[in-house]
Amino acid sequence: MRLEPIPEPSPARIAGLPALALGGTVAIAMALALVAGSSPFAVLGLILQGAAGSKYALLETLNRATPLIFTGLAVAVAFRAKLWNIGAEAQLYLGAVATVALGTLPLGLPAPLLIPALMAASVLAGALILLGPAWAKMRLGVDEVVTTLLLNFVVLLLVSYLLEGPMKDPMGMGWPKSERLVAEARLPRIVEGLRLHWGFGIALICAGLVWVMQTRTTLGYEMRAVGLNRQAAAFAGIPVTPVVVKTALISGGLAGLAGFSEVAGLKGSLTLDLSPGFGYTGIIVAMLALLNPLGVVVSALFVAGIFVGADSMSRTAGVPSYIADILLASALLLMVLVLMLTRFRIRWD
Amino acid sequence: MEILDILLSATFWTAAVRIASPLIFATMGELICERAGVLNLGIEGIMVAGAFAGWMAVYSGAGLWTGVAVALVVGMAFGLVHGVLTVPFGLSQHVVGLGITLLATSATYFSYRLMLPEVTSPPRIAAFAELPVPVLSEIPVLGPALFSQTPLTYAAFLSAGLTAFVLYRTPLGLAVRAAGENPSAVEAQGLSVAGLRLGAVVAGSGLMAVGGAFLTMSAFNSFFFEMVNGRGWICIALVVFGAWRPGKALLGALLFAAFDALQIRLQQTGLGAAIPYQFFLMLPYLLSILALVLMSRRAEVPAALMVPYNRGER
Repeated sequence: MRLEPIPEPSPARIAGLPALALGGTVAIAMALALVAGSSPFAVLGLILQGAAGSKYALLETLNRATPLIFTGLAVAVAFRAKLWNIGAEAQLYLGAVATVALGTLPLGLPAPLLIPALMAASVLAGALILLGPAWAKMRLGVDEVVTTLLLNFVVLLLVSYLLEGPMKDPMGMGWPKSERLVAEARLPRIVEGLRLHWGFGIALICAGLVWVMQTRTTLGYEMRAVGLNRQAAAFAGIPVTPVVVKTALISGGLAGLAGFSEVAGLKGSLTLDLSPGFGYTGIIVAMLALLNPLGVVVSALFVAGIFVGADSMSRTAGVPSYIADILLASALLLMVLVLMLTRFRIRWD
Repeated sequence: MEILDILLSATFWTAAVRIASPLIFATMGELICERAGVLNLGIEGIMVAGAFAGWMAVYSGAGLWTGVAVALVVGMAFGLVHGVLTVPFGLSQHVVGLGITLLATSATYFSYRLMLPEVTSPPRIAAFAELPVPVLSEIPVLGPALFSQTPLTYAAFLSAGLTAFVLYRTPLGLAVRAAGENPSAVEAQGLSVAGLRLGAVVAGSGLMAVGGAFLTMSAFNSFFFEMVNGRGWICIALVVFGAWRPGKALLGALLFAAFDALQIRLQQTGLGAAIPYQFFLMLPYLLSILALVLMSRRAEVPAALMVPYNRGER
């Protein structure tokens, strides 16, 4: 078996194959529904309904998509430069810690000053934790996949310590949770009366900014070049290590903002279960979006919809909500396969 | 001195060998994959799947070794998916590996919820019992540690020995190693690089799953979520730490397990009263990062690791 490059793939191929991947994912969903003893069409319908079937559902999906846009952007920026940032989870939590550390202090700052300060602190916190693995990668050749992954566990333990110790809410009746943010630190709602906070707006702005950076700035060009072929980029005079460091700062910072958004926009305080794996899901979001920042927004909405829909469906139809995770993992693998098949033909010799 | 007391006690070393056993299986599995040239990031998910599959088989009435076989087959199945996507299709090994981890983990959790919907506390099985080796297990300290373990621990050490033997003393092992160093040379001999890599990934993934099964069938006797807790990633670090050699990797696993056992016991000492327990729990992960950084000399990496091979290409 051999893979033969296709010089000019037809539009039918470029559009048709991803559609096939989507169809494959739907087929897997239906098969899982059958295995769980439910009607496949009923399950699909309930997922769609739970994701977007009512105003409440839609708002829930948008809220769930907000951190995914941030982490998806973080991963997309990093992966494009071939920096395998699997530590978005840790960066998110550290951003949340920074937000809570500053946002619960009686500083007396008004919201227009406090909120940007909290954002800056979260960006810094997320960025700094990624610097270590990035440096180890560039200077020592240490694969950053494992270092960033292991740091996720370390940071989670650190947060656990902080919530049981220095950052524990004295009024929390013994639960490991932080104090609540002061009122000026909370992100306001986008529309009064609707449960959607400005974190979503900031996420969209970030997506736009990342798109501008990647398509219109020198740094964006350099990041792409380094990602495509590091040696060629170095040969062309691109300063590879500074570019990777800047990539790490931006990527970590975006993931840190996810933590800020969840705490300041949604929850108001920090608990250990702040993130049900947003950092890891961001990888799926980014890959499904083909690392395109604007695509990340669409992909995040899609992924959030699947999770919200599956949660709602599982309450009604009883199929375990983990069906969503299986679907997304399958979608990821199918997408990667299908992308290759749009550019290569299989030849059996 | 409390640390000295711990280090001289037989129970400490027994625990260290027990903690090392799943790591030994999984590290050998990953080592086989990487020696052939394929990075298998599915290790964490495959361990979860193996832990559940083996346990579930026994819970459903099968014998213990049948459960191990079931775990092996489940691991090989996920390995096959990973191998097909990365070897003949040449997709990114990072992405496919992470996808497999997510797929295997979510499939496991889905199956667990489906098969055991009403449980509040995890049900138990009758796990492997200790099987002391006569005479040898009487040796002070080392005796119980090495010779009074469950059969699955002995199997772990056997797997390490077998891996070393096959890799270094058989033509198959030579071919596998060559596939990871110089695939063109392998093809020139008329062997199929794709076949060797695929076989290595399937075999390695099977071992990883057995490592996972150790957790539910030997170390403990029930399955719970977050059971593997990053051990798979630690094994990737151990492969690097062992410079891709089975003997060194085995020692690395034992060393790491000793630190883990030490960290647990230190929590009970005076030190443990002063320092919050979370910092002790961080030690294994920090140690793994340290091991990776220290062993960062790239000279011993299999030269064709993560380089897809297309037959006929230069």
